[in-house]
Amino acid sequence: MAQPEKKRYIEDEKKRQQRMKRIVFGGQIGLGILVIVLWEVLTRFEVMDPYYWSSPSTIYETAKVAFLEGTLWDDLVYTSLATLAGFAAGTLFGSLIGLSFWWSAYYSRISEPYLIAFNAIPKLALGPVIVILFGIGFFSKVMLAFLMTVIVTALAAHSGIKAIDKDLEKLLYSLGAKRRHVFTKVVVPTTMPWIVSSLRINIALALAGTIVGEFISSRQGIGRMILYAGQILDIDLVWVGVVVLSLLSMLMYAGTVSLEKLLLRGQEPKQ
Amino acid sequence: MYKLKVVDASKIFRRDGQEVVALQETTMQIPAGRFVSIIGPSGCGKSTLFNMIAGLIKPTTGKILLDGQNIVGKSGYVGYMLQKDLLLPWRTILDNVILGLEIRGVSKREARKRAQPLLERYGLKGFENNYPPELSGGMRQRAALLRTLLYDQDVILLDEPFGALDAQTRLQMQGWLLRIWEDFQKTILFITHDIDEAIYLSDDIYVLSHRPGKLKAKIHVELERPRREETLLSDNFISLKQTLLDLLREEPKDNGTT
Ligand SMILES: Nc1ncnc2c1ncn2[C@@H]1O[C@H](COP(=O)(O)OP(=O)(O)O)[C@@H](O)[C@H]1O
Ligand SMILES: [Mg+2]
Repeated sequence: MAQPEKKRYIEDEKKRQQRMKRIVFGGQIGLGILVIVLWEVLTRFEVMDPYYWSSPSTIYETAKVAFLEGTLWDDLVYTSLATLAGFAAGTLFGSLIGLSFWWSAYYSRISEPYLIAFNAIPKLALGPVIVILFGIGFFSKVMLAFLMTVIVTALAAHSGIKAIDKDLEKLLYSLGAKRRHVFTKVVVPTTMPWIVSSLRINIALALAGTIVGEFISSRQGIGRMILYAGQILDIDLVWVGVVVLSLLSMLMYAGTVSLEKLLLRGQEPKQ
Repeated sequence: MYKLKVVDASKIFRRDGQEVVALQETTMQIPAGRFVSIIGPSGCGKSTLFNMIAGLIKPTTGKILLDGQNIVGKSGYVGYMLQKDLLLPWRTILDNVILGLEIRGVSKREARKRAQPLLERYGLKGFENNYPPELSGGMRQRAALLRTLLYDQDVILLDEPFGALDAQTRLQMQGWLLRIWEDFQKTILFITHDIDEAIYLSDDIYVLSHRPGKLKAKIHVELERPRREETLLSDNFISLKQTLLDLLREEPKDNGTT
């Protein structure tokens, strides 16, 4: 006996979310294309002065030449490496400083105000000093990127340390743990989401540090290229530099997001 | 020869310059393999007593003897399940259970191999690779208890392990705990403020008085094992319950502290 088919309405949160995701993604791509097209059209009809604003097609052509005949590729590699090295060193060292505060409450409390004070210094203003100290080579850029990130990470890790559940420590001691066990099994995992939450900001800060280092004095790097292009009034090339840096920044951001997933495995980033 | 002896142990804290007596001089002698409950109103020092036995805090006076050896201030000699389940949220259930073994230096692989059959046998099969927040309260308590068990000390302290569970789950867990106790022959000290639970599970019940806690009575439970749910309705059970109710009723009713 066949029942007549009834119209059934089933709540499907997942389907709704997937639909939303598709629309949002499409919209994002569409908006990007719209901006580029508008930019192209407005400069072509000289509503916006193409001398200052260049145009997507000119930027593309200039970039092609700079990649194939100029040093853009080498500059890109230089800037990327300096940024990544500074970011890695800053994050690692900053985490270690932050984690070290767990070992002694006295040491932690005595150093905290200095950490905050150091964080308040505009590190980029130290740029010239860094260049004098470490030369105009690769290392001074790494150093600036490092300085930009290290304290942020240390402070983030320090917040993590303060959030450790005392009862978890107690539990570990009841299982016969030594301090080092508590450190590796409770302190590091608890702090990890805090450290990770600083990564996204850090990668942008590190890039800014590197660029400023290149502005001050350098023989290579995208920052130097932009500065040089500005000096010879090659505004198209300045735009190439800016666009390449934006792409680099986005790529590094995406890399950071994957790194977060890897480091957290199921946990949520904090703050 | 007693497995565990608590000799005149007391604990006084100083808070805001005032002395707070958490537990008055208490003496207990517990033979090996017993199931002993400690019952008393909240704030009477039950957790404090356990913290002292576990070596996490030092008694103000007195000694704790395990197999005749003084273990005051030494942690790691007894298994201790604290009031919360305290599973590490970033570890799977299996990896939580092996925590004690790992600390002992057993390799992760070996520890997992040892834990696996235990999980299967005691009702956590299929949950090995889940994370704690995905499990119900009862399941988390099982995991926490298996972790304590796998740490493999003769004496196990359980601080209100079923306090937060609903009545039905609680009954299940009590049966489960008795099975484990019979299988492993541990000496168990069990804190509860549920009279039925204390009688159903224990050989002996220590009754603590209202704050500041003092040992008030020790009651032997003459009920045959294995205990079943019918046990809860037997005359013996009812009369023991009456005795305990009377003992606990002599207390001042409520002064609003925990
Ligand atoms: N670290 C501490 N400092 C001060 N007072 C404490 C401390 N720990 C427990 N107490 C006090 O000791 C008393 C007994 O606490 P506790 O052992 O947790 O009671 P129970 O577990 O029986 O509920 C309570 O009044 C509590 O406030
Ligand atoms: Mg308690």
